Amino acid sequence: MGVDHRKLGMWAFLGSEFLFFGGFVTAYLLYLESTAGGVGVEVFDIPFTSISSFVLLMSSLTMVLAHHAHTRGDLRRMRLWILATAGQGMVFLGGQVYEFNVFYREGLVLTDSPFASAFYVLTGFHGVHVFIGILMLLSIFVFSLIGKIKPNQHLKTEMIGLYWHFVDIIWVVIFTVVYLIPEIAVL
Amino acid sequence: MSSTQAPEHTDPAEDHGNHPTPRKYVHIAIVLAVLTALEVSTYFFDFGVIAIPLLIVLMIVKFLYVAGWFMHLKFDSRTYSRLMYTGLFFALGLYILVVVITLFDSAWTP
Repeated sequence: MGVDHRKLGMWAFLGSEFLFFGGFVTAYLLYLESTAGGVGVEVFDIPFTSISSFVLLMSSLTMVLAHHAHTRGDLRRMRLWILATAGQGMVFLGGQVYEFNVFYREGLVLTDSPFASAFYVLTGFHGVHVFIGILMLLSIFVFSLIGKIKPNQHLKTEMIGLYWHFVDIIWVVIFTVVYLIPEIAVL
Repeated sequence: MSSTQAPEHTDPAEDHGNHPTPRKYVHIAIVLAVLTALEVSTYFFDFGVIAIPLLIVLMIVKFLYVAGWFMHLKFDSRTYSRLMYTGLFFALGLYILVVVITLFDSAWTP
């Protein structure tokens, strides 16, 4: 069970990303009640966010199935699962854009309070990570179509998979710490 | 562009013979879906004082499932796990540090 330098590099990057998001989660928890008299956690729509969270969680399944298909040299099936993963990522991202619009209309404005800033920066940066993940998924789809990715090069799918699962795992934390726990504490 | 062409080379890092089957991955996804449903149920039903500890436990279990099975940390070199836990350790350390500083600051502010 050797250590591959490319995977080591990816894990070092992901390790630093945990710290990156850890900083934003800390800021969010610190400013949870600093709403400056404006809108707070009561604006969250848990049923809606639960569905988008579920979609992102299931995208990890299609991602790992894409990697599995690639390890077996089945590029056709790999591309199918990659497209499914990217599609679910787009659904999640669309949900986030919709959610931000609703929050904005209900008075949760980025610059209005420390709470609003911390919330938008944390979830917004996560959204940017999802967007980058979708771009990587679509790139590997196109590269495999034009023959730039061969059936024996499944480490490439694995690396993108690691990034995608990381994005999912961060949302597991955000969904609980940012949405569910504060909402229950307020009720 | 053939999907069935012979490998040009064999990379030792790309040996995945001991990884789970798609059926196992689907089982893991079902477990994750059930755990998520349980999480969401805490919003609709009153779990009392156990709600928040339960949510934290569920979050950790889901985290470990995704990292262990989907990110293959269960099967790969422990070096990768150490890198992940190092990041988590510093993130948690940062949070504890900020909480301690905030508590001290509020205690000393007249």
